[in-house]
Amino acid sequence: MGATATQLDIDRDKGDFKYAESHKYDAGVGLNEGTIDYICDVKGEADWIRDFRKRALKVFEGKPMPTHWATKDLDNIDFSKIRYYLSGDNRSKKSWDEVPEEVKETFERLGIPENERKFLAGVEAQFDSEAAYSNIKEAVAKDGVIFLGSTEGLMEHPEIFRKWFGKVIPTGDNKFSALNSAVFSGGSFIYVPPGVKVSHPLQAYFRINAENFGQFERTLIIADEGAEVTYMEGCTAPKFDTATLHSAVVELVAMPGAKIEYITVQNWSSNVFNLVTKRAVAHEDAVVKWIDCNIGSRLTMKYPGVILKGRRARGEVMSIALANDGQHQDTGAKMIHAADETTSNVISKSISVGKGRSTYRGQVHMPKHLKGCKNNTECDALLINSESRTDTYPAITVRGEENYVQHEASVSKVSAEQIFYMQQRGLSEAEAMSLSVNGFVNDLTRQFPMEYSVELKRLIELEMEGSVG
Amino acid sequence: MSQSLEIKNLNVNIGDKRIIKDFNLTIPKGEIHAIMGPNGTGKSTLAKALAGHPDYEIASGEVLMDGESILDLEVDERSRAGLFLAFQYPVEIPGVTIANFIRAAKNARLPEGEELNAPAYYKELYEKMDALKIDRKFTSRSVNEGFSGGEKKRCEILQMAMLKPKYAVLDETDSGLDIDALKIVAEGVNTLRGGNLGALVITHYQRLLNYIIPDRVHVMYDGRIVKSGDKTLAEELESKGYDWIKEITEAAA
Repeated sequence: MGATATQLDIDRDKGDFKYAESHKYDAGVGLNEGTIDYICDVKGEADWIRDFRKRALKVFEGKPMPTHWATKDLDNIDFSKIRYYLSGDNRSKKSWDEVPEEVKETFERLGIPENERKFLAGVEAQFDSEAAYSNIKEAVAKDGVIFLGSTEGLMEHPEIFRKWFGKVIPTGDNKFSALNSAVFSGGSFIYVPPGVKVSHPLQAYFRINAENFGQFERTLIIADEGAEVTYMEGCTAPKFDTATLHSAVVELVAMPGAKIEYITVQNWSSNVFNLVTKRAVAHEDAVVKWIDCNIGSRLTMKYPGVILKGRRARGEVMSIALANDGQHQDTGAKMIHAADETTSNVISKSISVGKGRSTYRGQVHMPKHLKGCKNNTECDALLINSESRTDTYPAITVRGEENYVQHEASVSKVSAEQIFYMQQRGLSEAEAMSLSVNGFVNDLTRQFPMEYSVELKRLIELEMEGSVG
Repeated sequence: MSQSLEIKNLNVNIGDKRIIKDFNLTIPKGEIHAIMGPNGTGKSTLAKALAGHPDYEIASGEVLMDGESILDLEVDERSRAGLFLAFQYPVEIPGVTIANFIRAAKNARLPEGEELNAPAYYKELYEKMDALKIDRKFTSRSVNEGFSGGEKKRCEILQMAMLKPKYAVLDETDSGLDIDALKIVAEGVNTLRGGNLGALVITHYQRLLNYIIPDRVHVMYDGRIVKSGDKTLAEELESKGYDWIKEITEAAA
């Protein structure tokens, strides 16, 4: 266990560095049709993708910022100053030896190769726009599992990916899904054939290196009938003075009887706008589980959802958000029940430290004609010091008499007496706080894969160290 | 270097109010001293001020541990230097198990980069739990959460046994205990007794001192020690009552 912890030692200090940029392809600042043509030309994309991107750009331009319900801080994003596409060498490397030395050094500091060697079936790590290193173990490929970057996925397997691409989350779902649809690059495309159970988690690691750069990865995972897959992503951005935008779109499709587990542990630098749309469709007897841990960023807006489309489908969201000074975690979950006997479970834990702010937004929808649907929602907030703020906005629409919904919310505080007690036993103030926070999230994290709960614990410790003056 | 916990001319305020007044006491290592006194006389204030609670202001005076002043140290630094406080009202820490909590406290005492040997740690933990008749299932329970009064106090002694302080202050460890629990707790303290520990046992009643025989007994009244003696002082106080202390103090004034 000690060895695992060392390998996954991915921390803010390590993230606090950057390498000289040497991008072979750079679309420049600002966004217009020319930017999209540049991206399509560099990537050699098919015309239908170019058309898709250009339509999305129009939708993006036509949509207002959602500041009527979300924070006004969104208005501080200057889209004309962002660089939308950067790439070193746009073809993914399959072998570690072929990866450029400086990129390799970054990944080594982040612990990527060890991860892969030890227990991961494949790694798809993204350095700025393109996957710089992509590999999948033979055992997984032999079963017919496809694990590619989004560009390769669309070009090499259009018959599989085009059918679902942009269907779970349409371009016009929101302003940022439209932006992503216009300029997406990178991300993972995964297809698991019927009945194949991928025994090890597939992993991607995202990292933003260039200043003023937007990262717009696009991920689509399809688990065919009875298939099972776990996907894990980690996110890190080094510190820059100016704001950086991360706006991903993640679509999951769980065919009848399939299981998808999607795990995110993000540790963004505190100047990143992290505006992500994540949604899944679960067909009959399928199970989709989102595990989402948000640490860092200036503003995170993310509400993973599951559309429960087939009978007895099940959706779960388990999320942890930690908002430190100057950070706003606006997170939640959406459960759209669209068939009988579908069940959903949402457990959200938020921690607000200093002037940090946490907001929970949840949507549960059960129309009148459905029978035997169940939802359970639990929102727990922990406040550390009196300036912290937490809000809960549950939107529960339940009609019909044969459906069941349960919602519980709690707010607790780490008291001065608790800190004193722990300090009297020899723990520093930061250690006492991180122990309380870890205790607060403990019942959730013990359900996570071990390596991720270890990483999360370490990230919380580092965040608490930084919050004690 | 003197091997003792020395409190010299200590004055402690809560807000504008002086609670501890020119307080003097020396506890040599290896001895157990008891402080008795009526409610509201400053016993618990003394305990928390020694530990460094931020609400208690040290107006003047000195506290030396083995000759070194501890008043400039943070709460956790005093703890790691060897001072332990068994709380009168132990605090609940939701989600943090006893095993993890004590382990974190022990890890905090190791040089950076060193980790506790887990099997050895659990072996020691189980031995001490058995001695204190704490069910082993408690290792996975959250610290003090939902514990009975007796369980909380035994858990305090367990932490003390695991952390091996040089000096311990036990603040009304007997309050809320039935006679069986009292005996277990006293036995736990007696096991630690010896050349490596100096202890200050704060109590309202003489009962505890039948089981933890003190080397010295001090009677505290209105923020000071007004009378000191051997264990017979505790018995005398028990039979005469605290009014006796009030009378002799006021007569002296």
